[in-house]
Amino acid sequence: MGRMTFVIRRLLLLIPTAVGVTIIAFFLIHLIPGDPAATILGIHATPKRIALLHQQWGLNRPLASQYWLFMDRLVHGNLGQSLYYGVPVWGLITSHLPTTLWLIVYAGVLGVVISVPLAMIAASRKDAVRDHIVRVVPLLGLGMPAFWLALILQSELAVRLQLFPVTGYGSGPLGHLHAMFLPALTVAVALCPVVIRSLRASMLNVLGADYITTARAKGVPGHRLFVRHVLRNAVIPAVTVLGINIGFLVGGTVIVEQVFALPGIGNLMINSIFQRDFPVVQGVALVFGIMVVLVNLLTDVAYASLDPRVRFDR
Amino acid sequence: MSAISLAGTAGTAERAQPRRARWYRQPALLAGAVLLAIILFMVIGAPLVTSYNPDTQNLNATLQGISGQHWLGTDQEGRDTFTRLLYGGRTDLQIAFLAVLFPFVLGTILGSLAGYFGGWVDIIIMRLVDIVVAFPFFVLIIALVFVLGPGPRSIYIAITLVGWVSYARIIRGEILVAKRQEYVLAAQSGGLSNLRIMARHLLPNVITQAIIYAMSDIVQDILAIVTLSYLGLGIQPPTPDWGTMISDGQNFLTTHWQLTTIPGIAVIITGLALSLIGDGLADLLRPGQS
Repeated sequence: MGRMTFVIRRLLLLIPTAVGVTIIAFFLIHLIPGDPAATILGIHATPKRIALLHQQWGLNRPLASQYWLFMDRLVHGNLGQSLYYGVPVWGLITSHLPTTLWLIVYAGVLGVVISVPLAMIAASRKDAVRDHIVRVVPLLGLGMPAFWLALILQSELAVRLQLFPVTGYGSGPLGHLHAMFLPALTVAVALCPVVIRSLRASMLNVLGADYITTARAKGVPGHRLFVRHVLRNAVIPAVTVLGINIGFLVGGTVIVEQVFALPGIGNLMINSIFQRDFPVVQGVALVFGIMVVLVNLLTDVAYASLDPRVRFDR
Repeated sequence: MSAISLAGTAGTAERAQPRRARWYRQPALLAGAVLLAIILFMVIGAPLVTSYNPDTQNLNATLQGISGQHWLGTDQEGRDTFTRLLYGGRTDLQIAFLAVLFPFVLGTILGSLAGYFGGWVDIIIMRLVDIVVAFPFFVLIIALVFVLGPGPRSIYIAITLVGWVSYARIIRGEILVAKRQEYVLAAQSGGLSNLRIMARHLLPNVITQAIIYAMSDIVQDILAIVTLSYLGLGIQPPTPDWGTMISDGQNFLTTHWQLTTIPGIAVIITGLALSLIGDGLADLLRPGQS
């Protein structure tokens, strides 16, 4: 009962946020200084082409009516036409989306695989040398530019040692796993400091709980205690942290896709910026926003159904 | 003045035991401060540290290796890499430190209003926060700088429009707790104006959280500036900056590793210094949590 109301409440809260996301994407064009149509067309601007864009985007109408037009097209799956490719933006995005989703999931999994053991090492003896090392070293990752790490990994592991392809995303699931390892690792490294930190904190929390003392008193051996009792309970908050940072995770893919020339929507967005292809930039920003809103919803719902306290209520 | 110190003691009554945590006993804070001081000295005092001009090209001495004359070699236009590193730091750090102020102020004001007044003000401001948070940080920053045109002015605007939300969330949360404290109720029944209560009584008690966050926010901003410049949307050449240095050097990565590697390490070390300061401040100002 409580869970259903929670989910419904959460869904209702989603509506104003989703509408807001569309408003921001819509307003991007009005932030362009001067006449957006003339600015976007740049050297290719002719009065005829400017007039065509004005007509297409309804720039001559009042703002409210422009937004209505934008939304009317949006709900019909029409994000406009790409100025550079001359094809519908929606098609471009759907063809680039799978790569990005792959990268996000891969990076998320790698992030957890790297973070969990490190957090366990740190939490196993608070304030010991290893704890301090695990607390300080990830700080290096916090200030590390993702594109820089991508370049270094690419030049060392792909160009020099030839362990991985330099660019591209391979074919077939195994090919993806191999070819996208470096991009996913780059994104994961940026994510790890945050996850390790919260995982360590929640493990220390769990370690102080009464049931751990009980388990210890019963003589449960150390490693078993950690895996069966501590990890299980500490991983849920870590997954939530991962969910909260999904925006960060998704944002990190944009630049990494660019460096590794992965055909994802982040790469599409950056390339469209260079081609001054405004409709595509707008469409990708919108899709990113909606994606994060949906993942946040899923995280909340998953958390509500994983949280044992909800289960005890029944 | 007395009002503030009174308010301060009331707010910290529970942790009245003598503060064992002095700033010089915080290794993280001390290490971060020393590191940052060294970086700032090198960057601000760049003309004292190096005798080269960051923009002077010397096409007879391009892509030189590390030597006594050029500590980190020269780039593809014969400019001294070490000199450009220092002046690039000047550019990036100046913009980052300035850029953090605007969202700090805007977020603190909006967060205070939301937390203090609650009701519709709170609903509207927090919905705005939700909407901005929905966009990945880099996606929105890149899109905004794209539409506004490259350069520092656009960077300030983009970082302000995106960055205020974290401060608003932090300050709102703190104010929600603090406004129920007795000293606020006393100030309210004493007939003080809402503005005065917020500015003189509440803010001094809640601002520390925002200051701690600002340290990691500067790191974010440096990364944003460097990334934008790498993509060609940020600092425009020939102004030296770490992002363009990395971008220019990537074509020579296999032969002249230092051109790309060193500016990246400079970003990481600066980030480390600020993160250590943030951690140390957190331990110092929030005793009992680690």
